[in-house]
Amino acid sequence: MEAHSSEVFVIGLTVFFLACIIGYYVVWSVTPALHSPLMGVTNAISSVIIVGAILAAGPQGFDTSKIFGLIGVVLASVNIFGGFLVTYRMLSMFKKKTKKTKEKE
Amino acid sequence: MSSNMVAILYLISALLFIFALRGLSHPETSRMGNIFGVIGMIIAVFTTLMFKSVLSYYEIGAAILIGGAIGSFIALRIEMTALPQLVAAFHSLVGLAAVFVAAAAFYDPVAFSIGKVGSIKTASLVEMSIGTFIGAITFSGSVLAFGKLQGTISGKPIVFKFQHLINALIFLLIIFLIVLFVINQSPTIFWTIVIVSILLGFLVVIPIGGADMPVVVSMLNSYSGWAACGIGFTLSNNLLIITGALVGASGAILSYIMSKGMNRSIINVVLGGFGGEQDTSASKDNSDKIVKQGNAEDAAYIMKNADSVIIVPGYGMAVAQAQHALREMGDILKKEGIEVRYAIHPVAGRMPGHMNVLLAEANVPYEEVLELDEINHDFPMTEVSFVIGANDVTNPAAKTDESSPIFGMPILDVEKSQSVLFVKRSMATGYSGVDNELFYRDNTTMLFGDAKKMCEDIVKSLSA
Repeated sequence: MEAHSSEVFVIGLTVFFLACIIGYYVVWSVTPALHSPLMGVTNAISSVIIVGAILAAGPQGFDTSKIFGLIGVVLASVNIFGGFLVTYRMLSMFKKKTKKTKEKE
Repeated sequence: MSSNMVAILYLISALLFIFALRGLSHPETSRMGNIFGVIGMIIAVFTTLMFKSVLSYYEIGAAILIGGAIGSFIALRIEMTALPQLVAAFHSLVGLAAVFVAAAAFYDPVAFSIGKVGSIKTASLVEMSIGTFIGAITFSGSVLAFGKLQGTISGKPIVFKFQHLINALIFLLIIFLIVLFVINQSPTIFWTIVIVSILLGFLVVIPIGGADMPVVVSMLNSYSGWAACGIGFTLSNNLLIITGALVGASGAILSYIMSKGMNRSIINVVLGGFGGEQDTSASKDNSDKIVKQGNAEDAAYIMKNADSVIIVPGYGMAVAQAQHALREMGDILKKEGIEVRYAIHPVAGRMPGHMNVLLAEANVPYEEVLELDEINHDFPMTEVSFVIGANDVTNPAAKTDESSPIFGMPILDVEKSQSVLFVKRSMATGYSGVDNELFYRDNTTMLFGDAKKMCEDIVKSLSA
């Protein structure tokens, strides 16, 4: 059930604009103190292009496209793991006063 | 798996990403948000692995492991002060990955059901080349931003004649190449687009100086999102489109907030060339003005006898890694019953929220860290402002001197507090190249030296 290509594009465009609006409101609600973790998270989730890379790397055998796909998978994985982990590190540092430990390093 | 099932799983994944961003509205919910993001990503990856056409699990698994190991290693080892360059480096990878995915789609259009080699659908070609173009710009722009932040390349803006004209011409050339590519689908032209876009990415970031980096980093963040969007359109994949749009919007809003924090338009920042060279008019006759200089004991004495202290950190604190010593100083003051708070200017540091992360790293509770709007009206009731490694963001010339390049920039009103302590390495001007009249006021004491050393010395004097 291959839809007409212009129809697919219009659906994509609809999704795009709605997502932009959601993004606009969600991001404005982010507290300025967490703007650095915000960049960490967005960096990690933008690597969802790994989906495209996996599709390219999917077929058996070896051709140009597959090699590009695999490189894409490696690059995106660096970002996914790196992005989420560095965000985790940042967020675990934001502590409340009550939780504050008096440990000395 | 049916295509409907795939669409639903992708939708769940997209929703989880939205929740991930939403969680960041408060530090308490933010960790949960991050976990939502991780789950969303896992769903996205596994759903894609279930595709009938995806068979080479070993190769893909190995690629994920290699990338994941590198990413984890870097993320766990990085110093928090190096965060801005890390983020820039990560952005460059998103851009590069986008280019590779577009290239893969171009060489094997069947795998993405967008046509056959040599007869790819026109719409797909357009989307593909736009994704490639944005991806390549994100890549090279981020590499250069990384170099500038890391200090491998001079952070000074590099300006030359006809810069903007050249950029505009290159942009037109890229549009022309895209049209040509859509017509003849030639691999040569595809790679020419990649190379020319990489060149443009470099040229776009080159004129932008060090302290404008928060805007650049946010902008590249935005670009990496649009690149993902471009790829999403090429593959008709809603998950990519949604996520790309979220990231793109996020980066764009951050760029807007940052430029507003400097009272400059995004265009003005992007065109670059700000600061760097010394402003001759501003350094008029300050040479004969008297500066009151103090040492750590003076500072300790002044703060010990105050009721309230507001600490204003800037990039200098990050450079000196002074956040831990600073927090220790704050702790001692608090024990003496003095109210200690931190005031953060929107553009302090080299990326949005940079100071907040460093203070959090040093175990400063986030309730004590306030934004400009929240704390600015408290300065008149404050006895001591302790400015550490910041300059331009406290300069009253932004309010009074219409000829000043920083006129109109919102500043922290440290001038209104009873006394001001400035920790600085020297009398040098800030990024804007403007002299700060605050240095010469009677109630200002300059504490010259390394920020970390100075805090440690103050701690010693306070505990003595």
